[in-house]
Amino acid sequence: MLETLELKRTPFHERTSRLSVAQNWRRWAGYAVVGSYELSLDHEYWAIRDRAALIDVSPLMKYLIEGPDAARLLHKVTTRDIFKMGVGQVYYTGWCDEEGKLLDDGTVSRLSDQSFRMTSAEPSLRWLAMNAVGMDVKIAEVTDQMAALSLQGPKSRAVLNRCCNDPLDALKYFRLMNTSIGNNPVSISRTGYTGDLGYEIWVEAEQALAVWDALMEAGDDYGITPCGILAMDMARVEAGLFMVDADYTAANHAWIEGQKSSPLEMGLDWTVNLNKKGYFVGRKALEREKKAGSAWKLVGLEVDWVGLERLFADVGLPPQIPGMAVRASLPVLVEGKQIGYASTSTWSPVLKKYIALAHLQRPHYEPGTSVTMEVTVEHHRRHAPAKVVKLPFYDPAWKKK
Amino acid sequence: MPSNQYDAIIIGAGHNGLIAGAYLARAGKRVVVLERREVVGGAAVTEEIFPGYRFTEFSYVVSLLRPEIIRDLELPRHGLKILPLPSTVTPMDNGDYLAAWPDHEPTRREIYRHSPRDAEAADEYGRTMARAAKAIKPVLSLVPPDPSSMSARDMLGLLRLGQYAKSLSEKELYRIAKLVTQSSADLLDEWFEFDPLKGTKSASGIIGTFLGPRSPGTAYVLLHHYMGEIDGAFRAWGFAKNGTGGVTAAIAASARALGAEIRTKAAVSQVIVKGGRAAGVALENGDELHARVVMSAADPKRSFLSFVESKHFPDEFVEQIRNFRVRGSSGKVNIALSGLPQFTCLPGETPLHRGAISISPSMDYIERAYDEAKYGQFSTNPYIDMIIPSMIDRDMAPPGHHVMSCFVQYAPYDIEGGWDDAKRDAFGETVISTIERYAPNIRKIIVGKQVITPKDIERIAGITGGNIFHGELLLHQLFFLRPAPQWADFRTPVPGYYFGASGAHPGGGVMGAAGKMAAQEVLKDWR
Repeated sequence: MLETLELKRTPFHERTSRLSVAQNWRRWAGYAVVGSYELSLDHEYWAIRDRAALIDVSPLMKYLIEGPDAARLLHKVTTRDIFKMGVGQVYYTGWCDEEGKLLDDGTVSRLSDQSFRMTSAEPSLRWLAMNAVGMDVKIAEVTDQMAALSLQGPKSRAVLNRCCNDPLDALKYFRLMNTSIGNNPVSISRTGYTGDLGYEIWVEAEQALAVWDALMEAGDDYGITPCGILAMDMARVEAGLFMVDADYTAANHAWIEGQKSSPLEMGLDWTVNLNKKGYFVGRKALEREKKAGSAWKLVGLEVDWVGLERLFADVGLPPQIPGMAVRASLPVLVEGKQIGYASTSTWSPVLKKYIALAHLQRPHYEPGTSVTMEVTVEHHRRHAPAKVVKLPFYDPAWKKK
Repeated sequence: MPSNQYDAIIIGAGHNGLIAGAYLARAGKRVVVLERREVVGGAAVTEEIFPGYRFTEFSYVVSLLRPEIIRDLELPRHGLKILPLPSTVTPMDNGDYLAAWPDHEPTRREIYRHSPRDAEAADEYGRTMARAAKAIKPVLSLVPPDPSSMSARDMLGLLRLGQYAKSLSEKELYRIAKLVTQSSADLLDEWFEFDPLKGTKSASGIIGTFLGPRSPGTAYVLLHHYMGEIDGAFRAWGFAKNGTGGVTAAIAASARALGAEIRTKAAVSQVIVKGGRAAGVALENGDELHARVVMSAADPKRSFLSFVESKHFPDEFVEQIRNFRVRGSSGKVNIALSGLPQFTCLPGETPLHRGAISISPSMDYIERAYDEAKYGQFSTNPYIDMIIPSMIDRDMAPPGHHVMSCFVQYAPYDIEGGWDDAKRDAFGETVISTIERYAPNIRKIIVGKQVITPKDIERIAGITGGNIFHGELLLHQLFFLRPAPQWADFRTPVPGYYFGASGAHPGGGVMGAAGKMAAQEVLKDWR
């Protein structure tokens, strides 16, 4: 077999493949990752919400950006004020094209004064290099060399405190520290994609398995559970976190204008710093949009269960909805007229609600607006009543504590 | 308004009382829920009996908590989390086991290992029972109409019931009629051949009753097991975070947020009746509280024979309540453990340790256990339904340690010679040695244990007779006969005095339907 024809294996494959009962593999950026280890998502999902879930997120694209102009480059590319970022801080940010439309989103960590790590979902080397013309900066992709584990859930801190050589208690939300697990140096950021207490552990690929084993051992008493990306997909919707390709189309992938989204339309107003000094890509367009207001907004939808039950009762059935996140576009209507679409929908076990991330047109995106969302009831298209709500749906007190 | 003046007073802060309080507060009423103990929850409490080890003391699983209550009272927002309790395993005497998984294929494969015939039958049985449950479910959320009454409300209720019965196919009607009258042994013998499978399935028909698998009427209780499936994704079957006390804590938080007041250490001695109407309550400490409406969420005996002087009720009603059967038949042993019990059939730690572990090797085993109870003894070889809460919720025990909840049947309330400390110890010892047969290391890892007899349920949770359903789920004690004919609509012969507890329709479990429906009837009468 030609090597490049195969999906890549993450540094944890030796462990994850052995634990995977369901043989449910998913593609993620050219890698094979576990969709779910077990036949049902329940146990993995509840590990995120009640215990500690260990998720292999190695396929995240990772870049090291170093040099005297590293901060300048990131300040120019992203919408955040990188000059104000301290060492050990992590920013979540989107980055745009010149028209202020999102290309991708990810995190930027300041490792030292002149050194940053950036994560992204899509390859970003070319975009970074193009913007670095004339700057004294080195950009290196380290996706394959650096393994990444996400440890998410209320017990994640207790697990790390058991196996890290430094206590994690002082590490604040969206901060980063260097420590070691056994003899393996790791960098740990208090970040994640679940909206719960959680950490991401960055480690050289050679030491990946040793770190996995140490975490599994330390977490045993806390019910640590290897968790696939399908349970994480449910959690991230609850947390109001979106995903490129599922919830928006990267501007450079879009065929038509209408497929593009700006960070303001995606509800990322808090990451778009129009007060920051100097030029950044997309600035003018975003300033215009900020002034005029956005034509679209990504919002939350809560489906009215009684209304949904009624639709199913009409044909003599109990309500049936998929027990996992569904990345399929569902029309959203007001008075029979389509005003948007839900991009990802899921049953939320912790909230006991059927929820969705939805793109809605002005003026229908205001919280409290009554809409309907298409559901399929026994092969028929029906419309379930739903309400526009603010994101996130789920925001536990311990997330930032 | 003076501080002891309320719109409504609710006696008992168990789940039903708290739910009723929350619904009345939600309707804008000034409500107080009174609790005799220092903790709320009633029989749905979690307590730290040994430091670091938390016991879900009495009730231990959430099965039928009504979805509309979860929604109306926004219980998830107030902390309710229902964690999956995915499997059931029955250890066998030969060192093997029988497991039921949440997934269809592995379950089928597992039964097939023991009986290929039963593997196929199990599929069809599950579908049949789920359909029957779906057919009978609407009745549960109906205020029972009185068939002897000519009132508009009852006539309308009967009409609805009639229309509903008409909507069922003949086949469904026959199936339901059969299910309601049959014994679970007869039903299961029609379907299956493998003893541990029949034993385990029959067990869910006798929980909380003073009946054996061969007693008529037990087949109906099996149906309750399938009711949850009709709620679809809303299915609330599992182990509540922080034990069953987590459910009542969430309800209490919701009730408080809605404006209800909850007073603990406020034991009621009497319901004050003035001019033939309930007017308030007198507390044991001498305080008096006044209200337009009083609702009891205590058991029927206390509600009607102790809180209210008999002279306020018709003699016939008093007689009916006296005859209402509340014989407790089960006990509970809660164990704090320094490690995981090692079951001979399941070495190490397996996913099955996160589910129920059922000591129910056959229907005969359970029927024999019942025989002893009939004659006033606890079972020497009891049916035990165990879960290890700390495997599901890590906050129930210190890291690496565990707690085990063992529901034990039979332990009759009316034990020969009465319960005393020696008998309680003997009962606890019987349970431990029964478990020891399947998990030989159990004794070595016990840090502490709490043995609860029906007498203790009565003493601690205040349920007369110690019956977990406040009254047995017998055919003659259900629907329009619960708790007494003509008084199944949550009202009582004393105007202004309502009854919304497990002893009312539709009965027990941490279901909350009685509390909710009673509150709704109070509000209907308010106008």
